[in-house]
Amino acid sequence: MTRTAPRGLAPVRAVAGNGAVLIAKESSTTPAVTIHAAFHAGTVYDPPEHAGLAHFVSRTIDRGTETRTAEEIAESLDGRGVSLSVTVNRHVLSLICTCLVEDLDPILALVADIAMRPVFPAEEVETRRSEIVTLIRQDEDNPATVANEGMLADLYGQAHPYGRRPRGSVASVEAIDRAALRRFHAARFRPGSLSLVMVGDVETSRAIDAARAVFEPWRAAPADVALLPEPAAPGTRSVRVVPMMNKAQADIAYGFTTITRADPAYYAYWLMNNILGQYSIGGRLGDSIRERQGMAYYAFSSMDANVIAGPLTIRAGVSAANVDRALASIDDEVRRMASEGPLESEIKESRQYLIYSLPRTLETNVGIANYLQTEEFFGLGLDYDLRVAGLLEAVTREEVHEAARRTLDPRAATVVIAGPYAPR
Amino acid sequence: MSPQVHEEVLDNGLRVLAQEVRTAPLASVWCWYRVGSKDEGPGLTGVSHWVEHMNFKGTTNIPRDKVKGIIEQFGGYWNGYTWIDQTTYTETATRDALDRMLFIESERMANCLYDPADCESERTVIISELQGGENDPDTLLDQELTATAFRAHPYRHPTIGWLADLESMTREDLYGYYRRHYVPNNATLVIVGDIDTKDAMTRVVQHFGGIASGEVKRRRPTREPEQLGERRVTLSREGTTAYLKLGFHAPSLSDPDFFPVLVLDAVLTGAKGVNLWASFRTPPPQRSARLYRALVNTGLASSVMGGVIPTQDPFLYTISITATEGTPLDRVEAAALAELDRVRTGGVTPAELTKARNQLRARLVFENDSITNIAHQLGYFQTIADWRVFHSLRERIDAVTVEQVSAAAAARLAPANRTVGWFDPIPVSS
Repeated sequence: MTRTAPRGLAPVRAVAGNGAVLIAKESSTTPAVTIHAAFHAGTVYDPPEHAGLAHFVSRTIDRGTETRTAEEIAESLDGRGVSLSVTVNRHVLSLICTCLVEDLDPILALVADIAMRPVFPAEEVETRRSEIVTLIRQDEDNPATVANEGMLADLYGQAHPYGRRPRGSVASVEAIDRAALRRFHAARFRPGSLSLVMVGDVETSRAIDAARAVFEPWRAAPADVALLPEPAAPGTRSVRVVPMMNKAQADIAYGFTTITRADPAYYAYWLMNNILGQYSIGGRLGDSIRERQGMAYYAFSSMDANVIAGPLTIRAGVSAANVDRALASIDDEVRRMASEGPLESEIKESRQYLIYSLPRTLETNVGIANYLQTEEFFGLGLDYDLRVAGLLEAVTREEVHEAARRTLDPRAATVVIAGPYAPR
Repeated sequence: MSPQVHEEVLDNGLRVLAQEVRTAPLASVWCWYRVGSKDEGPGLTGVSHWVEHMNFKGTTNIPRDKVKGIIEQFGGYWNGYTWIDQTTYTETATRDALDRMLFIESERMANCLYDPADCESERTVIISELQGGENDPDTLLDQELTATAFRAHPYRHPTIGWLADLESMTREDLYGYYRRHYVPNNATLVIVGDIDTKDAMTRVVQHFGGIASGEVKRRRPTREPEQLGERRVTLSREGTTAYLKLGFHAPSLSDPDFFPVLVLDAVLTGAKGVNLWASFRTPPPQRSARLYRALVNTGLASSVMGGVIPTQDPFLYTISITATEGTPLDRVEAAALAELDRVRTGGVTPAELTKARNQLRARLVFENDSITNIAHQLGYFQTIADWRVFHSLRERIDAVTVEQVSAAAAARLAPANRTVGWFDPIPVSS
């Protein structure tokens, strides 16, 4: 076991004999424990012919194991007031729940059983398939989702794992069978791809021991890690409109590819994104589009620097009459950030905000567990919460400006507009 | 034992609740006003919410261009919300920002500017918020169902307001409403976190002590007449997915039936807890709940969610259902009503009561995991009833009996008490 200096979060991290990473952090805020089990089993691992497979697994993995029926799992969770969330993003599928501290052992055993021995019962698969199809149809009726997924498809290409719709299409989901679900599970759910975080009112040694008891007997060779093609940054601007004339408002998604999380420029990008579209209500974008022009309830940017160069996405929801003006305003702010860079005062404000907001981020068990999983996934180190302020302090104005210059160029933006809008 | 809450009422009528919680070096401040959309008259629907927006636009001593960043420099979070009974504002930041947070709230109470240009600019922001909501068929149906279920009580109109009122309201309407309701004797200030109560109270007096109280003229309350028969509303609009919503007139928090109905909802759709700020962010434990089994596990619906929320006057118990692709709404409705009939006529079992209690007890623990949530709950209950209700929740849930839940089901789920809403999609034209 390794332990960080006795300040900051100071979690305990152990690696089980089978390669599973077990992390525990004691916190006595409430008599509860958050369990967050993450596997390298995200949507990037979908085979091209089965888009939506990881998501389908996330909807069915907890519907029966070799020793428990779906009904028994439901009773075990519901009887203790536990809600198990199974989430999936580009790289990771996570099983997350919070239980009362006295329920830690049985719930941990249940989570382990679900992760290790799911059977994907045929009846459950069919029921969940119809739920997924309904979700996809709801997405198709949602301008925000249509715009965002459309922009990523255009930016990365529909065949790229970052460009595919995470839930797949109705056709691809209809083609997924039990065998595909079982194959995905067998390939991706291995002890070596598990990172288990436990945060709550329990001694760390006791939590680690409890986790060892249920996960250590699991034996399987490590899973492959995805080798993804780096996206080619588009050299030209593209604007696509998806007419949804039955809607009241249009959504704009406007994006670029950025950098990897491991890139040394990450902290400069983080500050740049905060200034552009986060600080206060939506940074410069929010100030222009919402505060000064009154065009939108939301206008902001977000950045996902990831295993490969993830997207920087700008979003705004505006009336059809304001789409052109909002798009021009986004272009202006993007161009201004790239050409002039940030003000020193903006860097100071955003840096101070990002540093001082850490205690708030780490106030709850769920917040700490998410943070520790991010540390583990990107190999940031157990003392990252202590180092992050220094990393942000070291960023210069020129580095933030350089980040903006490298990425932000309206002439190379990928834009999708979905809603009751027809271009002039 | 309940945590120690310091309660004090200043000479101007401002009620202050302070609680020391030292789990993190943070402090959370919430300022609550007893004004919500139920206080709005004809032509002014949405004014409470719009006023909330305007109260982030600068004050006499916080110029508009200084609002941005005033709390962020302490790593802080700020927000506000308006609902049917209340309007509230919050900041959570490092504990050394306490004085700044109190200053902001005192300014908000007394000195907001309502610059005419800002009022106009915010009109379109709010209309954008309304239209963004209308992009969601479920939100649209919820609005229509509520308006159909209520005939007289002002809970019938949406908190965001009707579009025509948002288009016609004036700066004078907004400012007048602000001045009438934003007085210390209509507010509760809650401070929770790594604070020293004595120090905090000294600061409160410094910032708020000089604000004059005022007369709050309330609308005469209208009691919703008893519903005499089932009501229905059908939206046939372009869309991809069918939604069903059932609304039943529900007990207010002060009604002895409230906690039995809370338990009933846990039996039907899984426990949500009673924190409007936090409860709905985590899905309920519901896979063994009656309606989940009857609708989702049978493939008729992709989701079912119930909601009973503590309110000052009787509001609605709403059950929201999304039909699976290709399933006709009449089949979904028949299955839902059959299950509700079963509980209405047969009641609940002791095992179901035990499970519901366990769920609700766990949710009470989970939803109070931060100073922001604890402060929210103190202010929320004080605004609609009394903050002490927050500390008695577990006791009240534990006291609920099988007979009370069964009786509540029989009375509240009666056909004559329900409103049925359909969003029946018609194919989207290409």
